[in-house]
Amino acid sequence: MSVPTVPPTGAPTITRGGRGSLIGAGGLALVVVLLAAVVPYVVTLGALSSLVMLFALVILGTTWNLLAGYGGIVSVGQQAYVGVGGYALIQLADAVGAPPWAAVLAAGVIGAAVALPTSYLVFRLAGGYLAIGTWVVAEVFRLVTMQIDGLGGGSGLSLTAFRGTDRVDRVAFVYWFALALMVAVVLGTYLLMRSRVGLGLTAIRDDRVAAGSLGVAVDRGRRLVYVAGSAGAALAGALIALSTLGVTPGSIYSVSWTAAMIFIVVVGGIGTIEGPLVGAVVYWALQQALAPLGTWYLVVLGVVAVAVVLLAPRGLWGLVAGRFQLFPTTYRVRSGRI
Amino acid sequence: MDWLNAGVQGVLLGGQYALLACGLSLIFGVMRIVNLAHGVLAVLAAYLSLFLVQQGLPLWLAVVVVVPVFAALGYAVQRGLFNPALAQVRARGAGGDSRGGGSRGAGELAPLLVSFGVAVALTSLLQEVFSADTRRIPTGDLASAGVPLGPLSVGLLPLITLVVAVAVIAGVQLFLARTPTGRAMRAVADDPGAAALTGVDPRHMYAVATAVAFATLALAGVFVGMSTQFSPGYGDLVLLFAFEAVIIGGLGSLWGTLAGGVVLGVAQTIGAQIDPQSGVLAGHLVFLAVLVVRPGGLLPRSVPA
Amino acid sequence: MSVLEVTGLEVRYGDLLAVDGVGLTLAEGETLAVLGANGAGKSTLLAALAGTHLPAAGTVLLDGAAVTGMPAHRRVRRGVALVPEGRRLFGSLTVEENLLMGRYPRRPGPWDLRAVYDVFPHVAEMRDRRAAVLSGGQQQAVAIGRALLANPRVLLLDEVSLGLAPAVVTRIYDAVRRITAEGTTALVVEQDLDQALRVADRVQCLLRGRTVLEAPAAGLDREAVADAYFGITPDLRTQEN
Repeated sequence: MSVPTVPPTGAPTITRGGRGSLIGAGGLALVVVLLAAVVPYVVTLGALSSLVMLFALVILGTTWNLLAGYGGIVSVGQQAYVGVGGYALIQLADAVGAPPWAAVLAAGVIGAAVALPTSYLVFRLAGGYLAIGTWVVAEVFRLVTMQIDGLGGGSGLSLTAFRGTDRVDRVAFVYWFALALMVAVVLGTYLLMRSRVGLGLTAIRDDRVAAGSLGVAVDRGRRLVYVAGSAGAALAGALIALSTLGVTPGSIYSVSWTAAMIFIVVVGGIGTIEGPLVGAVVYWALQQALAPLGTWYLVVLGVVAVAVVLLAPRGLWGLVAGRFQLFPTTYRVRSGRI
Repeated sequence: MDWLNAGVQGVLLGGQYALLACGLSLIFGVMRIVNLAHGVLAVLAAYLSLFLVQQGLPLWLAVVVVVPVFAALGYAVQRGLFNPALAQVRARGAGGDSRGGGSRGAGELAPLLVSFGVAVALTSLLQEVFSADTRRIPTGDLASAGVPLGPLSVGLLPLITLVVAVAVIAGVQLFLARTPTGRAMRAVADDPGAAALTGVDPRHMYAVATAVAFATLALAGVFVGMSTQFSPGYGDLVLLFAFEAVIIGGLGSLWGTLAGGVVLGVAQTIGAQIDPQSGVLAGHLVFLAVLVVRPGGLLPRSVPA
Repeated sequence: MSVLEVTGLEVRYGDLLAVDGVGLTLAEGETLAVLGANGAGKSTLLAALAGTHLPAAGTVLLDGAAVTGMPAHRRVRRGVALVPEGRRLFGSLTVEENLLMGRYPRRPGPWDLRAVYDVFPHVAEMRDRRAAVLSGGQQQAVAIGRALLANPRVLLLDEVSLGLAPAVVTRIYDAVRRITAEGTTALVVEQDLDQALRVADRVQCLLRGRTVLEAPAAGLDREAVADAYFGITPDLRTQEN
């Protein structure tokens, strides 16, 4: 409309990463090393199992963020894949006899394989209606699972592959495996977002039409995100089943998994790699602290989520993200003028 | 005969679903918000009516109290929660965020996320206050009363529900088509900025739309409470059924929503006739089939609300 | 007293100062044309007057009362009606419903449906059609009619000619002339100088958000307008000569 009132006095500089990122990444690596090498020897088995849940929550949050934060796909039905992952793990480990670690990875692949055809169905809906559509799909998965006698019907399945394994060995194995899986999923998401594909996804998120007109394959990008995000949910579901030694259709297909994902991403900061990490820790800590209050903790979570969306829409991470990025995916422009 | 009976029951059940779906459809039509708290709010209305009846109020009086209370609640929820969330959609659309860090924030997802937060909090709150036990609003003889229809006997309560659903849909449709406020509501749905230039305050008009939607939803909730054993978690199913009715019928048409409700109801009762465990599943499958075959719904779009 | 009195108006888009200290007055029954090239700040000025984009500084007085920070929907009720750039009709409403939206503020005055149909007879023929199916010129007529039905104290017209064929533009401005001749106070933003001069009593030229020329429309020196348009200052011209 008009000329800039204050002309820039120097050339702008564009940066990605930087010293803040290096320090942050170093700190994060230190945390992982501590979790791997120190924590298992100083906390109780119960605490380790609880940490496995934290790792699963990080995976759930990270992959839901992939959907909503980068793909613009708000799915309220990711519990479908949590359930598929949980059931797949038990079937593969018990009926097929696969080693547990392989069964978890295969459960992720099965999640992706189920998500691909499903995407053609739910992508017929847009925006908010897609959200409920995915929920319907999850209900169908749950109801169909309950109809299959081989899957235990309404009472679910127990994991028997660990019978005969020492409890300490089992918990330690699950703990280290879950930690490795979490690190792999977060790093994988980071590398995906830094890749050419990720650049296209960011463009789709920011302006779908403009991205399409610039030659970004919008539909393929969104489908990739949906399949990858659902595979992540299936991995988390398999981990949860591995840690809790069983599944019931009511709990593994519960919409509360998606509620957790949404809380984690919204409170942590949507559309950033770091946000879900922060959000998962907050969710997990709240869950531990508020557990004695029963369902009140869900009331608190709901209210906190609403408050964050309205008052700090960039989440907790958004409050510090202006300063540094742990996972530098975006470039920042510093104008030359003061 | 059983099949015919199942079909007729399904049509009547469709009335309840259409009544539930009416408000969901209206809010989406006017401001493109999908209210994920829709179902639990209907269940809240059922609990509120039950509470009033237990205090000794006759049921009709409970309805007379609950419906306006919900209209007021709708107005307040829109002004206090949904309008601020919509403001974020606009802020993002205008590219309002120039700080570094990559994320643009909740943006266009804000209304959906807010309504989901409300749904989670409200469901759990109901569980704390009323426990997870199933309840039913006592209706005396009404629930068991039947009306002979040829060789069949049709439940009086489902029949009343269907009649009320048709009346409510006709009423909302007339309101939108014939009144200045309804016209302004359609104008805001088309272009809120241009509507403001004609003197309409979009935020107020959105709140009026939500008030109307909540009033219909409260009425639907009371009928659900009379005909079904409900619990706090039942809101999830209510949301899914209402949503399926809207999509099957075709977005943007309230009469389509009625047709969608009937299709869903018939699918469920026929499905349950085949296998008593599979009624709800059959409804979901019919919904998904419609999505595959006719993603725009069964009826073409007419009035934009 | 002036119907509209604007002083020291500044309107920003982020860091951009789109309108930079503009003042103007509009007397009862008068028509002012605001001219200028693309990006001169004309539409932004109108947005600030209509309340769709609130100014950062300055005052807007309507009949002597300050309306500077008043949002658009309340300003219409006080008598400021904008015909927005691009018409912005309600596509799913019929033509008549669009016009009736103009009656929403319920302001009394000479303009009713019949008066609008008198000025735009072809609009009357399409009253039951959906606005989305109309041609550009027809839509522009409906948009002007919609604003008139608010019986405004001041009618703001933003780039009425934009995207229309010359013959259609002429017909629309014939109607605008009738409207202003009947005593409606109007502010016309226009790039088409000839059309603007047909309806205006005075012109005011904007350049980069500032007023560079104010003159009565009658006997206007077109060269001076062209200079103002492109920012050629008198001393520059002297140097060239």
